[in-house]
Amino acid sequence: MTEPLAFEKSRASLPGPRLPAAGVPEVAPADILPAGALRSTPPRLPRLSEPELMRHYSRLGAMNYSISKNFYPLGSCTMKYNPVVNEVAASLPGFAWLHPYQPEDTVQGALELMWDLEQALCAVVGMDRMSLQPAAGAHGEWTGLRMIQAYHEDRGDERTEVLVPDSAHGTNPASAALCGFRVVEVKSAPDGRVSLPDLEGKLNERTAAIMLTNPNTVGTFEEEILEIAEMVHAVGAKLYYDGANLNALMGICRPGDMGFDVVHLNLHKTFTTPHGGGGPGAGPVGVKHELEPFLPRPTVRKENGHYRFDQERPKSIGRVRSFYGNFGMLVRALTYILAMGGDGLSQASLDAVLAANYLRSRLDGLLEFPQPPPCKHEFVASARSLPNGIKALDLAKGLLERGFYAPTIYFPLIVPEAVMVEPTETESKATLDAFTEAVAEIVRLAQSEPDRLREEPTSLPVGRLDEVAAARNPVLRWSPRAAD
Amino acid sequence: MAERKYTATHEWIVIDGGRATIGITDFAQAQLGDVVFLELPKTGAKVAPGEAFGVIESVKAASDLYAPVAGSVVEVNERLVQNPELVNKDPYGEGWLLKVEVEGEPQGLLTEAEYKADAKAEH
Amino acid sequence: MPYLVHSPEDRSEMLAAIGVESMEALLSDIPARLRIQGLDLPAGLSEAEAMGRIRALAARNRTFEDRLTFRGGGVYRRFIPAAVAAVTSKGEFYTAYTPYQPEASQGWLQAIFEFQTMIAELTGMDVANASLYDGATAVAEAAMMAVVQTGRDKVLVAGYLHPEYEETLRGFAKGRKFHVLHHPSSAGVVDPGSIEKELHEGIAAVIFQQPNFLGLVEDAAALTAAAHTHGALAIACVDPISLAVLAAPGEYGADIAVGEGQQLGLSPSFGGPHVGFMACRAELVRRLPGRLVGQAFDHQERRGYVLTLQAREQHIRREKATSNICTNHALCALAATVYLAYMGPDGLRSVAGTSLSRAHHLSERLAALPGFSPAFPRASFLSEFPLRVDQPEALLSRLSERGILGGLDAGRWFPELAGVLLFCCTELNDPGALDELVEACS
Repeated sequence: MTEPLAFEKSRASLPGPRLPAAGVPEVAPADILPAGALRSTPPRLPRLSEPELMRHYSRLGAMNYSISKNFYPLGSCTMKYNPVVNEVAASLPGFAWLHPYQPEDTVQGALELMWDLEQALCAVVGMDRMSLQPAAGAHGEWTGLRMIQAYHEDRGDERTEVLVPDSAHGTNPASAALCGFRVVEVKSAPDGRVSLPDLEGKLNERTAAIMLTNPNTVGTFEEEILEIAEMVHAVGAKLYYDGANLNALMGICRPGDMGFDVVHLNLHKTFTTPHGGGGPGAGPVGVKHELEPFLPRPTVRKENGHYRFDQERPKSIGRVRSFYGNFGMLVRALTYILAMGGDGLSQASLDAVLAANYLRSRLDGLLEFPQPPPCKHEFVASARSLPNGIKALDLAKGLLERGFYAPTIYFPLIVPEAVMVEPTETESKATLDAFTEAVAEIVRLAQSEPDRLREEPTSLPVGRLDEVAAARNPVLRWSPRAAD
Repeated sequence: MAERKYTATHEWIVIDGGRATIGITDFAQAQLGDVVFLELPKTGAKVAPGEAFGVIESVKAASDLYAPVAGSVVEVNERLVQNPELVNKDPYGEGWLLKVEVEGEPQGLLTEAEYKADAKAEH
Repeated sequence: MPYLVHSPEDRSEMLAAIGVESMEALLSDIPARLRIQGLDLPAGLSEAEAMGRIRALAARNRTFEDRLTFRGGGVYRRFIPAAVAAVTSKGEFYTAYTPYQPEASQGWLQAIFEFQTMIAELTGMDVANASLYDGATAVAEAAMMAVVQTGRDKVLVAGYLHPEYEETLRGFAKGRKFHVLHHPSSAGVVDPGSIEKELHEGIAAVIFQQPNFLGLVEDAAALTAAAHTHGALAIACVDPISLAVLAAPGEYGADIAVGEGQQLGLSPSFGGPHVGFMACRAELVRRLPGRLVGQAFDHQERRGYVLTLQAREQHIRREKATSNICTNHALCALAATVYLAYMGPDGLRSVAGTSLSRAHHLSERLAALPGFSPAFPRASFLSEFPLRVDQPEALLSRLSERGILGGLDAGRWFPELAGVLLFCCTELNDPGALDELVEACS
């Protein structure tokens, strides 16, 4: 199935949509501006009727995998079910129609929602205050690191380095670099955990912070986290928590108790706000009291049952974006938290850990496992054991062919032919078993028909695309033919 | 013809008279995969040992390119703009990257044997 | 419990398959002193009760009808065709993951390719990315691009840029170690002649908003030319609807065009999520932050789309990436794509034209009232304009009592603009609504 571009279905003589007439004397742009300031040729947007438009985008939708239809075993992405009621909540006119510059007394419900969400998220992770401004996890990381930077500067302490494990997600070093820090990589021990000797050698008076996630990216709990926290704090540095793997921990333990000073959360992971094909998400950042002075402005303040925006924060790092945050995603997250409650969130993490360990046990023997069990909410396998030169990439494409999205591949960098799997708590045992069957079939094919595997997928709208040619001669937009 | 030397960061260099030709090794191109783009300096630009002078990109990776010697760039391989795959196909020949007028004494360059031992140890 | 799928039997079977007695065996590596006994949160609610709470929160907000909203400042009430939500609410779009596996994501990749094309067309530039978070971070990213491209360490903001965008820009500047200078306007817009003196080889870019934060039209071509004479890049932060009428950044030679796409099919939603867009000249494509979708072919010569030039991004380039952005605002970009496909060039022109006529009509009528005067009578505007008013607070209260959300108080950010309210007019403020506003102001 293919679908032309909207531009390719466009017809020049098709009239535009019916829109309200001005109903007042017309003022033409040429009446008020010189010719040089005016657009000379209209933008070549497509001209489609509404029926064609709807069919076009429906057909595009049909070419997508989605959580609505497919299992996504993507490690570190927490692709769990997106509750449909959350969409109803976010589209209520009482939220959707609010202008960000309405007077505060007209948006008490919105402010209360933000306050309630902040309290709930702080309770889950054990932090004291939260900023809801960041639009995504990476944005939250940058915000958190900037607060740490401001903290050190406020003390007259010049700290220029941020430590990042070699297993870390790429946003970690990128966010640190964006703050102007020098990134120092900390090695992982053979078991995938942070190497304490290596950490010790790299911690010094230049260290501003270390960024960690726990469980780590190979899905194991950093058992020595309390020692790590002590070591980091002993040199006056701060401990930063990347919340991507929070789904393993809710109700079990809290990053705040482990000694983390700053935590960012991914609402589009743990808290079910939908991935939307690549956003919007939200990346709230939590801090311990010591870092409160540096929070972005404004925060929400509750006083005698009344809510307002609090701009009183002289040491604030300032805004990190326009307005107050991805409010529509905050609504969805709070709706989820209300429905789940403390008991539901705890059970969710327990089920996430159970599902991952179950799936890992089923895949034992099919793939190689660098770490012994148990894992937490995700695990990393290696496709290195597959015969006939079949790679993790081929395993991934084979899964697409069989109706499953692929796991995360080639990450973390410390495992060769890495395959990172996170089933989440919202996949049934039957789905996990079916996934296992698909992997088993692929492993058999790797042995008996590797060439066939290398051709997969064959049943999707396109087969493997030539990404090299695409990158060498990038065509990043449709262009009209010279004749048009 | 002068002997080819290497760096620990997988560049090779051949110095003939005061002029050096620089490229990346076969090991490096295999690690990168199909090269899609190169960011190289203009003629006249200065390069210094251990400093990145450009970037080489494949679909899945991007690596900094480090100068083995100090000098100024006299020629850049323009063919790589249209045909970056030359770096993969012929890394020591047609896939050369830069020609540099060498300044000062080259230091710390590895022989082929030293480079091979180094690369093996890395993996 | 909601959204959890395992029965007690499922759990027992899975534990048995794993070969452990209980969940504790899977958690034993967590130090005992870290273990908590559940969360300090109330128990979960039924869907009916949870929605009851959420509706109560929504009801505690006061909404203004779109036709009686005259406040902009970066977020506007526009007609959103039903087609937009009909597409973005499809599970195949909103619950899909980022399209890293192209064979299973052609719908998303093609939609983004269409978005990139539309933004490039609208801005008159060569190439656009797959979206950023908002207009503010888009401006910051553009400034960072210019700093990297030119090797210079200062950017010059010319005139009234949205204050929240400027504050965001300053935050990014600190980490990237460049300086943000500001050249003030005189009479509401920048005098391009006056900016010459401040340009020198240290300036990486001149950044201006068009129309500016007050709604006034800048001489974008002159600002761009001034930037270029000193080797600086010109970064235009543009209102997307205005591009149906005003010269596009590509037409006057800007290097990077950025802006906020909220007006293209997104509800105000108390400030987010909206969508930042960015487009640039071909030469700058490898400096672009964020995702890019490119055309590709498979072995059967079938055309498809892939995320490309990924080597720029954080997951490959890590600390040397163009930016740290990973998740962007794809679904919002899809809304914009559907909106622009629905409107087409004629629809967009009509929206801009209606807004323009009504805004000028309104401005005239308001300025004729006692206590009202145009703040910058010689400056041109499209659909947002600054008026100097007596007793703005009292006026806004009076309007509010009549269900009208009046102009935005510019004095909130700019002391020199105390007493100046920014009024905006869109295709939703019908002539009757204009009458109501004028009457309420009289």
